[in-house]
Amino acid sequence: MFLQLLISGLSFGSLYALIALAMVIIYKTSEVPNFAQGEMAMISTFIAYTLLEVSGQSFAISFIGALIFAAVLGVFLEFTFLRRAKDPNILSLILITLGFEMILYGLAGWRWGADQRYLPFPVSDFDIINLGTAVFSYLNIATLLTALILMFILFLFFRYTKVGIAMKATQQNPMAARINGIRTHRILSITWALSSLIGAVAGILLAPIATLDPNLMLDPLLKGFASAVLGGMTSLVGAALGGYILGIIENLFGGYVSVEFKSVVAFMIIVLVLCFKPSGLFARHYVRRV
Amino acid sequence: MDMKRDYYEDIQLLESKVVWFWFLMLIASLIILPFLIPNYYIYIANYMAINVIVSLGLNILVGYTGQISLGHAGFFAIGAFLTVLSMAKLHLPFLPALLLAALTAALFGFILGLPALRLEGPYLAIATLGFSLAITHVIGRWQIFGGRMGLEAPSLTLQGLFFSDGPYTLESDRQLYFLIIPIAFFLTMAARNLMKTKVGRAFIAIRDSEIAAKTMGVNLLYYKTLAFAISAFYTGIAGGLYAFLIGFINPSAFSFILSIYFLAFVIVGGLGSIFGSIMGGVVMTWLILKLDKIQELPYLGATLMTFSERWMSVTGLPNVSSIIFGLIIILIVVFEPLGLYGFWIRTKIYWKTWPF
Repeated sequence: MFLQLLISGLSFGSLYALIALAMVIIYKTSEVPNFAQGEMAMISTFIAYTLLEVSGQSFAISFIGALIFAAVLGVFLEFTFLRRAKDPNILSLILITLGFEMILYGLAGWRWGADQRYLPFPVSDFDIINLGTAVFSYLNIATLLTALILMFILFLFFRYTKVGIAMKATQQNPMAARINGIRTHRILSITWALSSLIGAVAGILLAPIATLDPNLMLDPLLKGFASAVLGGMTSLVGAALGGYILGIIENLFGGYVSVEFKSVVAFMIIVLVLCFKPSGLFARHYVRRV
Repeated sequence: MDMKRDYYEDIQLLESKVVWFWFLMLIASLIILPFLIPNYYIYIANYMAINVIVSLGLNILVGYTGQISLGHAGFFAIGAFLTVLSMAKLHLPFLPALLLAALTAALFGFILGLPALRLEGPYLAIATLGFSLAITHVIGRWQIFGGRMGLEAPSLTLQGLFFSDGPYTLESDRQLYFLIIPIAFFLTMAARNLMKTKVGRAFIAIRDSEIAAKTMGVNLLYYKTLAFAISAFYTGIAGGLYAFLIGFINPSAFSFILSIYFLAFVIVGGLGSIFGSIMGGVVMTWLILKLDKIQELPYLGATLMTFSERWMSVTGLPNVSSIIFGLIIILIVVFEPLGLYGFWIRTKIYWKTWPF
């Protein structure tokens, strides 16, 4: 029982970790929690679905097509809306992402209606490996592996590529980055593209477990936020770990206490963390600007 | 003239005799209005009044105190469900039930205000979002709240407002009008008055600079939680009235999207303005009701229908309203951060100094 809960907790946790990573990447550069993250991932998943089911492409092509779409969507949001804000304070930036969220939600509802769809995934949730008392489904393993590979790529990206380092520089001090010849605007666009892409991967991995409809990412979005807050909104490693921790805690709560109120756990964690350690478990400091 | 000569002129509710005159005219026209317009429009007026109350409450928090909240659908739900429940289960008369529900909402607001002491913008947005999702989750799963099926509002009687039961059932929209509008009117005046007192100024000081406010002796713990509580109280009242306007409530109506709609009222109306809240509530309610039946709009409706059939889906057509709302929010934030109130002020100044 315990092992089983742990496994599915890790599997869900890796999805939360991806969403949290996508959020933290944006938060570090633009200082805005991206409330449109979930809907961006949802629309990208629908694009994958359309390519796969309607156009009859192979899974690999649909997957890549959805990722390209997600990246373009991220750049579009940054370039068309966020950059236009006259006097960008936190409230107006949050509102812009909320507005974008509603536009995407409406578009998806308009195009695909409220029908519940099923995204055919090459790896099945029903083929299983027995491991003592616990059961791994192939989908669990695929989810875990994809998330880990993606995180490893991100690590390499931020460590060794020029763009990744420029991104970190922009996050730390935009002014100094500009002086050193980094086009911070362009970097910002790339950041949004990257974040949207990670979100899309999470969406596509989630779709086979959940049903594909415009509400797909509403709940995972909150979980992603909870993970990011738990690990620290300014730490990539923290956000990833936060995702896994949240997944495990939530599943254990569902298994031993109450399945009905499982979703409330995420909220309790947000409130408790924010009350007692607002910087999160793994972030180093919490800067307050006057 | 705009010049003020002593302190009492500054804190007066209505500044001059002219304003008094228009104030009385407004009351008179609100009283005769329901006898002149058809029933459906009275329903719209009631709906507008409820949204004006929400808009006022949210503006006290967002516009005046500068604390963002994405959780007001939660307070709205608390108001609606508790009013109905305490009437059905505790057999309370309507007004005490409404008050009890609103006070409970205020209590939750107070609790939510506590983490707000340490949190700023983005963190607070996330915490309040989590709050409202948790509330609707709990309400949706708990049998006493009717579960997913929701609750039906009991019938309302005139004496039932104060005593347990009596004759004269309040059922037509016109009768409800005389219940809802006075409450909305009273709450509007209360908000206007509040902003002229010490409390209101403390709120504004917190919005402009928390640290400066603290240095000048504003008790952040007290005023921030108070702002949350007052805001939640207003929203709770609106929720209770809403339950009786619609007659039936279920948890799915109080989603995250509703919180964004509420924010849209405030943004469109104008942050930090009572008049703006009223405009926002009225205009956006009208827009919501129009967009609900978008396919019936002249010209546009038919075009949209053919477009939907060709490219989108016909069943999903009502979702166009979300798109339009999202666009409105973004456009207002980008081009007119003060909302309709800012537009109103500019128009007023333009005509005051017209040839120049």
